[in-house]
Amino acid sequence: MKITLNINGEQKVVEADGKSPLLWAIRDGAGLMGTKFGCGKAACGACTILVDGKAVRSCSFPVQHAEGKEITTIEGLSKDGKIHPVQQAWMDEVVPQCGYCQPGFMMATVAMLEKIPNPTDEDIDNNIINVCRCGTYYRMRKAIHKAAKLKNGNS
Amino acid sequence: MSGNDKPKNKSRRKFLLKGGMGTIGLLAIGTYLFRNPLRRSVYELSETMVPPYNGKGTEANLWLQITKDNKILLHSPKVEMGQGTFTGLAQIVADELDVSIDQISVKAADTATGIIDGMSTGGSLSIASLWKPLREMSATMREMMKIEAAKKWNVESASLSTSNGIVSANGKSLKYSEIAEAVSEWNLPDVPELREVSSYKSVGKGVKRIDLREKVMGEPVFGLDAQMPNMLYASVIRPEHVGSSLKSADIDEASKMSGVVKIVQKDGWIGVIANSFAEALAAKKKVRVEWDIPKTWTEQSLRDYLKIGEGNKMICQKEGSELDPDDEGVISMEFSSPIGAHAQIEPNGALAHVADGKVTVKLSTQVPGVTQKQVAEAMGVGVEDVNIISTYLGGGFGRRLNTSHAVQAAQMSKEVDRPVKYVFTRKEEFQNDTFRPPTHHIVRGKVTEGKLTGLEHHYASGDVAFNSAIFPNVMLDVLGTDVGAMRGGNIMYKGLTNYRSVQWHKTLPFATSFWRSLGLLANTFAIESFIDEMALKAGQNAVDFRLQMLGDDEIQKRIRKVIEVAAEKSNYSEKANGNKAMGFAVSIDAGSPCAQVVELTINGKDVRVEKVTCAFDCGLAVNPDQVKAQCEGSIIMGISASLYEKMTIKEGRLYPINYGAYDMALMRNSPKDIDVHLVQGADIPLPVGEPPLGPIGAAIGNAVKRITGKRYTDLPMQLG
Repeated sequence: MKITLNINGEQKVVEADGKSPLLWAIRDGAGLMGTKFGCGKAACGACTILVDGKAVRSCSFPVQHAEGKEITTIEGLSKDGKIHPVQQAWMDEVVPQCGYCQPGFMMATVAMLEKIPNPTDEDIDNNIINVCRCGTYYRMRKAIHKAAKLKNGNS
Repeated sequence: MSGNDKPKNKSRRKFLLKGGMGTIGLLAIGTYLFRNPLRRSVYELSETMVPPYNGKGTEANLWLQITKDNKILLHSPKVEMGQGTFTGLAQIVADELDVSIDQISVKAADTATGIIDGMSTGGSLSIASLWKPLREMSATMREMMKIEAAKKWNVESASLSTSNGIVSANGKSLKYSEIAEAVSEWNLPDVPELREVSSYKSVGKGVKRIDLREKVMGEPVFGLDAQMPNMLYASVIRPEHVGSSLKSADIDEASKMSGVVKIVQKDGWIGVIANSFAEALAAKKKVRVEWDIPKTWTEQSLRDYLKIGEGNKMICQKEGSELDPDDEGVISMEFSSPIGAHAQIEPNGALAHVADGKVTVKLSTQVPGVTQKQVAEAMGVGVEDVNIISTYLGGGFGRRLNTSHAVQAAQMSKEVDRPVKYVFTRKEEFQNDTFRPPTHHIVRGKVTEGKLTGLEHHYASGDVAFNSAIFPNVMLDVLGTDVGAMRGGNIMYKGLTNYRSVQWHKTLPFATSFWRSLGLLANTFAIESFIDEMALKAGQNAVDFRLQMLGDDEIQKRIRKVIEVAAEKSNYSEKANGNKAMGFAVSIDAGSPCAQVVELTINGKDVRVEKVTCAFDCGLAVNPDQVKAQCEGSIIMGISASLYEKMTIKEGRLYPINYGAYDMALMRNSPKDIDVHLVQGADIPLPVGEPPLGPIGAAIGNAVKRITGKRYTDLPMQLG
């Protein structure tokens, strides 16, 4: 069936079974490859995106439930030539190694900072539960604190 | 050479490729050859020396392409899997070719360029082995530019200066791209003398990763992101039981499923090819397969199969006299490590297209050259008819040193006459990994008058280097040992009079191979846990105890230095403070010594590593910030393997089959403080990506012992 998705502010019509994962509609349907396939069971977080501002693991989210909602992927974070504070913090702290899991982590961070603008270490531990095999967690924690400061305008 | 033109050079000359073997390697040869039988000397050498780069297509103008906008595109024989190699290589090029780092981009060389690494991107050797040849190529190319400019201006080439990709003299200037465009035949000079490292502006500085921005923006193309027009998706059914094989399959129902293009039955596997990955997965569930399962393996049968005393025995070190296990003063302890999964986040896969007798494969691989040969052989075409296009890798960790699944993708493409992208499921990934083999260790020692008078490490391991695609077995047969399993297995304390290490090797019924740092993780865990026990027995401080056991050659001095720096910077203390304590351990791997001190707390059964102080000597750090990143990553991967990770065999099948159940360190398990101190004990770059994985397991165990009084001897250490 044809499904219209609102991704990063643009309407995209994709051909997909309504029950199939949103991830593949984003990657193969809309051609946005920054959202990654990692496990297919919502266990690693590499496919994390925002649906109406909330973090969603798109490999296990039926595409039909995303209809009419605002979908944001890594490609939609920075707008109008302005880098998103989370991405800026990631650059400042030189977080990525292989880079594959990083979009998922950044999207999870964006969602957390909406809920908790000044997260403690414990908040980060409890909310950022994606998997990174390169072990960039140490720099990521620093980047998350930095992103909170940038976002709150008091860096 | 400019734009997309093929390079036209007068003569295709090889560059000097004796790079990499600087003072460290030479010292090692001198020290060991005269003291040990030849074979054991080779073992020692393989642990301390950086082998020179060995590959095809080493002409400067193949590697370094000048584009019309006066930028440099480096076609790298090494791939980027997170280790930062592209950045280090760009820094090296910048300093000898006289271009700014912003003018350089790096991509993994397609095999069609003719640049094919003789081995792999592995062994932590990318920067170390390319250090000299890449500087030579860059310097040679710089001189080539000057020669052409000198000809044009009718001046001496020596009178010209170069910077930012521009040759200039007396107010005149030419861009490299302008020169390249005008030249049809290059003059190749002798390799010029290389500059003093101290004069380099980029090497040695913490330049930001050149792939940083694209990775933060989600732009890089990984294997699974590769595209070809008109491509199909495939999922493959493989045996789930260890040692089983395909008996028969009923594909009737699956073939009728929506989107299915073809289902192919091959030797031992079934490929489901469909318009989309979701459709391939749905159809795969409807294939009814019968398996031939000759034996149902269990944890116990595996343990009985792999243990000291079984398999091929090889004495890797033998100094002084052997300990008598029946001697009352001799202490023996047993250690073990489990099967480990790579669990890299990007699943394996390959996008292949077979057309007109030629094969193109895009994938994440650490071995483009080996994969090219495998595909050519399986498809019955010449090696030159196969082009392997390496993308960015979503993690390597040794998993992609075998990417023979490119063959399956090519076979499926041939069946449907269209490009096919074969994607592993996570279950397939976990059950068909090339695992870190389980190990079994017995460490023996004797303390006399406060000193260790004998130390032995006996260990059993499955394949690491044996039966891999990159080392011919014949070489390992000659050596008599699995040199991969041996990593970290030898006794490094050369001040001791009596020591030995003995390897027992067996090939297991499932594939085991390279996992970041190979044998180092488990071997160091066993030996360095035992050393702390001996220090306690001797009533000595664990750091002083270790220092006393060191010899006095250059390598021993470098080990001494990292021990001292780690102890000092961490304010190492052996006093447990309630549920908090420190633990110490040290290792040397591939010539790079590393000492670590952990500070951890225990709450109930929960071990939390709060801080790690790491002193690391990788010689010259081309990019200190990225060397630190590799230390941080190694430490966290080591914490994960030491406290959480474990594959098991249940009723013949490998479990778990996904993240979560395969317990790994997450954000909450990672230290909030990692304090890395780089100690430069050599004037050349030495291996970086794996050596820092050595000490962490034992350092954790040693701290846990100081709090609980209990020695944990099995990885993962699970309190309770």
